[in-house]
Amino acid sequence: MSATTKTRTAAEGRTPSTPAQASTAARLLGDRRLPVLVTVGLFLAMYIGGLSRYQNYGFGEPQVFLNLFIDNGYLLVAAVGATFVIMAGGIDLSVGSLIGFTTMFTAWLVERQGLPLLLVIPLALGVGAFGGFLMGYVIHNFEIQPFIVTLAGLFLFRGLCLVISKESISISDSTVSSMAQTRVSIGLGELSIGALVALVVVAAAFYILHYTRFGRRVYAIGGNEQSALLMGLPLGGTKIAVYTVSGFCSALAGLLFMLYIQSGDPLHAVGMELDAIAAVVIGGTLLTGGSGYVLGTLFGVLVLGLIKTIIQFEGTLSSWWTKIATGVLLGAFILIQRAMTTRKQT
Amino acid sequence: MSTPSATTPSRWRALTHHHLFWPVAVLIALLLVNVPFTPDFFAIRMADGHLYGSLVSIVLFGSPLILVAVGMTLVIATGGIDLSVGAVVAITGALTCSYISDQADQNALAGVFLAMGIGLVAAVVCGLWNGFLVARMGIQPIIATLIIMVAGRGVAQLITDGQIITINSEPYKLIGGGYWLTLPFSIFVVAAVVAVTVALTRRTALGLLVESVGGNAEASRLVGIRSMRIKIMVYMFCALCAGIAGLMISSNTSAADGNNAGLWIELDAILAVVIGGTSLLGGRFSIGGTVIGALVIQTLTTTIYTIGVPTQTNLVFKAAVVIVVCLLQSPKFRAKVFGAKGRARTTAPAEPATPADAAPKMEVSR
Repeated sequence: MSATTKTRTAAEGRTPSTPAQASTAARLLGDRRLPVLVTVGLFLAMYIGGLSRYQNYGFGEPQVFLNLFIDNGYLLVAAVGATFVIMAGGIDLSVGSLIGFTTMFTAWLVERQGLPLLLVIPLALGVGAFGGFLMGYVIHNFEIQPFIVTLAGLFLFRGLCLVISKESISISDSTVSSMAQTRVSIGLGELSIGALVALVVVAAAFYILHYTRFGRRVYAIGGNEQSALLMGLPLGGTKIAVYTVSGFCSALAGLLFMLYIQSGDPLHAVGMELDAIAAVVIGGTLLTGGSGYVLGTLFGVLVLGLIKTIIQFEGTLSSWWTKIATGVLLGAFILIQRAMTTRKQT
Repeated sequence: MSTPSATTPSRWRALTHHHLFWPVAVLIALLLVNVPFTPDFFAIRMADGHLYGSLVSIVLFGSPLILVAVGMTLVIATGGIDLSVGAVVAITGALTCSYISDQADQNALAGVFLAMGIGLVAAVVCGLWNGFLVARMGIQPIIATLIIMVAGRGVAQLITDGQIITINSEPYKLIGGGYWLTLPFSIFVVAAVVAVTVALTRRTALGLLVESVGGNAEASRLVGIRSMRIKIMVYMFCALCAGIAGLMISSNTSAADGNNAGLWIELDAILAVVIGGTSLLGGRFSIGGTVIGALVIQTLTTTIYTIGVPTQTNLVFKAAVVIVVCLLQSPKFRAKVFGAKGRARTTAPAEPATPADAAPKMEVSR
C-alpha cells in the first residue's frame, strides 16, 4: 500500500507533506463518504458555534437538540422519500404539494366528515402512494421527463387542496391533539410521536437502500440506467416503485406536518420540495444519482434545522436568512461534490 | 422512428406535422371555448384612447410569462433548464422599487432609468453565476439554478426588508401598466425582445450554435464552437429576460413583493416552452412555439375565469393540460394510443408492438 501511495505522491510532487498524510488525504478525497463526513463536520461545527454563542440561553440543553427532530420530523420523512428518487437519478417536485394536500385531506375527513383518524391515516398514505405510483407510471411508460410529470403532480395536488377548501381547517379532534401532545421520554429528553416516526422511517430507508435487492437496484439504475437495463434489472418496476416510495413518504410527512401544526391549509408546505432536495444534496447524495447515503440526508435535515434554531436564538435575524443560508450551503456542497467527481475522473 | 405511411394526403400531413400545428390548435380551441360563455370574446373596443378586449388583456397579462419563456427556450435549447427565473424576477423588482422609493422625486426619468439599470444588472449577474456553474463547473442545470431559486427570494426579502415596497412613479408605471399607441406598452417590450431574439437566432448563426451545443456540447467544442461561452451567454440572456419581466410585474402593481413576485413563473415558463414543442432534451427550439405556449397558458387562466369555473380549480385544470400536452407529445404514448390503431388500418402489422416498446428504451440515456 505504502509503495503505491509513495509513487503517486512523488508523481504529484507534493513534497511538504509526509507520504502517510498525503495518502490519507488522497484516500479521503476519493472516498464516497467524504460529503457525508463534511456534512457531519459542518453540523458539529455549527452546534459547537451555537454552544459557545448562546450558552447562557440554554442552547446546550439536550432538549434543544431533540427539538431538531420534533420540529423537522416531517421534513426528514419527505427528504428520505426524495433520497430514493434522486438516488435513482430522478427528481420529484410534487413533494410540497402532496404534503399540503395530505394535511388538507385528513383535516377535511376528520373535521368535516367525522371519520376516525385511524381510518383516515391509511387512506391518506394510500392516496399519496397511489399518486406517486401514477407519476412513476407515466414517467416510465410514456417516457416523459420526471421534471414535467412531477410538475403536473405539483399543480394537481395543490389544486386539489384548493378544491377541498380555500380556507384552512383547524383540527380539534381529540385523538389528533392527544397524539400531537404525546411526548416520549428517552433518557436525555423527550421526543414527539412525529419525531419517532421520522427516525423509524430513516432506519427503514437505511435498511432498504443498503441491505435489500430493491436498494441495490435503485443504486444501479441511478448509476447507469443503460447498464442496469442490460444487466437485466427491472427498470420500470424499480423506477415506478421509487416514485411510489416518494409519494408514500410525502403523505406520511403530510400526516406528521398535520400533527405538528394541527390544521390543514391549502398553502401548507409550499416549496418544501426544495427544502427536501436541498437536504438531500447537503447530505452528500450525488444529484446525478447512484451515490449517496440515507444518513447523509438525516444530517442534511439536521443542518437545515440547526440553521433555523440558530436564527431563533439569534433573535435579531429575520426568517429570510434561512433561505439565504440554505442557498449558500447548497452552493458550497454542490461545488464540493463537483470537485470530488472531477478528481475521480482525472 | 415510426415513419408515417405514404397513403395519407401529403398536404394535410405537412400541416399536422408542422411543429406549430398542435400548439396553435390548442390555442385556437381554448379561445373558441370562450365564445359560448362570452359571445363578444373576440371583440376589441376603443375606450379612453386605449384598445380593450379579452385578446388584448390576454397578451397584456401574459407579457411577463412570454418574456421569461423566451429566455427559457434558449436555455432549454442548450439542454439546460433555469429554475431561478422566478427569484430573479423578485430580485429585480425589489432592487428597482427600493431604489425608486428612496428617490426624492420618484417621477424623475434619470432616477427611474438608473433604478431599472441596477435591477437588470443584478439579473444579468445572477445569469452569469448560473452560466458559470453550468458551463464552467459542469454542474447539472437543475441543481445549479436551484441555488438562486432557494436563496434568491431570501435576498429579495432582504432588499425589501421583508416588506412590500410600494412606489408612485409615473414613468415606471408605463412599462407594465401603461399604454402607447392605444396598446399596452408591455406588448411593445415583448415584441421587441421576441424580434431581437428571433433576429439573433435565425438571421445569424447564433441559433444554430445554440442548437449544436444542445445537441452535443462536447462534439460542438471539438468542431470549434465555444460551447462554454454560448452556454454562459444563454443563461445571462435568460436572466435578462426574467429581469425585464420583473420590471414589468413590479411596474404593473407599483410594488415589489420579494415573496410572491414571479412565484412559480419558472414552472409556467418551462410549461410554455414544452407546449411550444421545444424538447427538454435540447438541440432544437422554436421561439414562435414558446410565444404560443405562453399564450396558451394565459388563455387557459382567462378561460377558467370567464367560463365561471371556481378559481380554486385553476391549478387542477393546469395540471390536466400539462399531462394531456405532454402525453400528446410523447412518441410512445402516440404509438400506443393512436399509432396502433392507425397503423392497423393503413398498413399490414409490419411493426408489431415489441420493437416499438424496445426501441425508445434505448434512447433513455441520451
